[in-house]
Amino acid sequence: MRHIISVQLENESGALSRVAGLFSARGFNIESLTVAPTNDATLSRMTIVSIGDDNIIEQVVKQLEKLIDVVTVINLTATEHIERELALIKISVNAGTQEDIDKIIDSCAGKIVDVSEDTYTVEVAGKSQKLNDFLAALNKFEILEVSRTGVTGVCQKREYK
Amino acid sequence: MKLNGAQILVNCLQSEGVEHIFGYPGGAVLHIYDALNVSDKIKHILVRHEQGAVHAADGYARSSGKCGVALVTSGPGLTNAVTGIATAHMDSIPLVVISGQVSSAVIGNDAFQEVDAVGITRSCVKHNFLVTNIDDLAMVIKKAFHIAKTGRPGPVLIDISKDTTIATTEFEGYPQSINMRSYQPQIKPDSQQIAAAIELIVKAKKPIIYSGGGSVIGNASRQLRDLTKQIGFPITQTLMGLGAFPATNKQSLGMLGMHGTYEANMAMHDSDCIIAVGVRFDDRITGNLDLFCPFAKIIHIDIDPSSIGKTVGADVSIVAQVSDALSELSAGLQGKKLADISHWWQQIDKWRAVDSMAYKTAAGVIKPQSVIEALYAVTKGDAIVTSDVGQHQMWAAQYYPFDKPRRWINSGGLGTMGFGLPAAMGAKLAQPNLDVACVTGEGSIQMMLQELSTMLQYSTPVKIINLNNGYLGMVRQWQEFFYEKRYAMSYMEALPDFVKLAESYGHIGIKVEQESELMPALKQAFEQKDKTVFVDILTDPSENVF
Repeated sequence: MRHIISVQLENESGALSRVAGLFSARGFNIESLTVAPTNDATLSRMTIVSIGDDNIIEQVVKQLEKLIDVVTVINLTATEHIERELALIKISVNAGTQEDIDKIIDSCAGKIVDVSEDTYTVEVAGKSQKLNDFLAALNKFEILEVSRTGVTGVCQKREYK
Repeated sequence: MKLNGAQILVNCLQSEGVEHIFGYPGGAVLHIYDALNVSDKIKHILVRHEQGAVHAADGYARSSGKCGVALVTSGPGLTNAVTGIATAHMDSIPLVVISGQVSSAVIGNDAFQEVDAVGITRSCVKHNFLVTNIDDLAMVIKKAFHIAKTGRPGPVLIDISKDTTIATTEFEGYPQSINMRSYQPQIKPDSQQIAAAIELIVKAKKPIIYSGGGSVIGNASRQLRDLTKQIGFPITQTLMGLGAFPATNKQSLGMLGMHGTYEANMAMHDSDCIIAVGVRFDDRITGNLDLFCPFAKIIHIDIDPSSIGKTVGADVSIVAQVSDALSELSAGLQGKKLADISHWWQQIDKWRAVDSMAYKTAAGVIKPQSVIEALYAVTKGDAIVTSDVGQHQMWAAQYYPFDKPRRWINSGGLGTMGFGLPAAMGAKLAQPNLDVACVTGEGSIQMMLQELSTMLQYSTPVKIINLNNGYLGMVRQWQEFFYEKRYAMSYMEALPDFVKLAESYGHIGIKVEQESELMPALKQAFEQKDKTVFVDILTDPSENVF
């Protein structure tokens, strides 16, 4: 099963490699990983999407908690949460395809953020599944490049328990 | 007081109470050595190889309960230390390893003797630090010792760039206290879990206590003895746990697992309630997980939450300092009526009667088991015994019943050949009044032989008991059982004359070729209180460990 794990850790050099190293050393799977500072400059927030059964995810959480730099670990999937991901998609456009592509972008609330002579760069945000669907819809056209941020998320309640 | 980084480091180590450092100098740590040279509180032991430094610090820590300290230079100094660090990590031994690093201006430039020390050691330390700012140094040292010693202990590496050791700053003293929001190990057991455990314990008809390294490292020997005697349960101990409960007590079923006793393994298998104390259900214990202890409710006590449920699920999990959890169980069970387990003991006695550790003697050969029994007799069971890795390690564990914790010192998790000799040296420095024996084999001993030189320089008299069968015995044994006796590269030709070798290092060497020479040789060795004695004993090359 797919789990979204949100980790707060000390904003110190090497913290990212500790987490990444833990996943590779213990054979845990990472589908995506995002990391950035938070409103507290001493903390970073890392959001990891991992796939595994409950026992494996329990170990993932425990092993993350064991890292000395890690302050909190939350399995967002175990609670009500909001998840979002953003993708930038560069796609080839010509007079013959433009109308169909515009429709697909509209229907998915995508945003054209750059237009060149024969390309669009489209921004789309939402749950990962929405991004997957959007990409699938565009697949019959010539997709030149896809860059996804990976999932980030927050739990909906004031405090996670 | 204005001090340079090296002086601050030494000052902090003194404040931390460090008395011995095992190390080897080199370019990146010259300033540190210069500062260390004038310290009258810290004695530095100059090893002959950095791996030996870390193993010695490890043996020092295991035998004393203190934090061991090693100091190495950058590059090869650090990479040589890695095996020692990984050994300590697998067995949860508190160490602080200090490594020099090239100057911060050239880090990442492939400078002379540069390696990415924090990168290389990341997966085999509890934590590591790179210090490039002198103002961080004192707090990092404070944190390193705190992290190494608390919670589930382990090695911590501090990598210090050379310019940090040279720079000067106003030193305001070693930090008195520390508060890390990201590191607060749970020490006290949860009272509901204790109550749940008690409920299982009072009902148990076929109970067993399964105790491991956590009982030794966590200094829980007294609490373990008290609880075990109080409730009258049988107890089995892992390779890492030997001695926490006295092996000669009748409640002890000996070691469990691959090379454990019949009674211990049968009792584990048939048990309906296992109290697992400071253990991690590792693969040498469980074998096939699907068939492991099918009938038992499991109460698992460990300081490390990630050890619980990792391979075997627990019915009651108690995350706590083992000693605290055991005393709370004792208190909670006070006056409680337990189920009658006399039938269980009758069954156990039947298993015991099989006498699984019996071995056949044969004329003309020295059985390795008899060497360990002789060692036990000569040392009256009261020595610190270190070992290397292989058959001799298992025989030492099987035939030397340890009655006290911190007397049996071996590399259980990583299985590091070469560990025994430097560990014995470290143990002798920590416990100068105890006899220290290093049980080894002709394969393992040659991996750290150079430390014989260190042992002469610092007068650390150790008795080396070399079970010399000419084979890498454990490898040969597996080849006999599982590879149709194809003995690939497990025979050692061209062995040195160990007697002359010991003598050339300034020690005493004794060769034992006949059974009749064994006891006199061991007695002679242990009578030489101030000398390292290398007893080279030719043992039966065909003997196997069971």
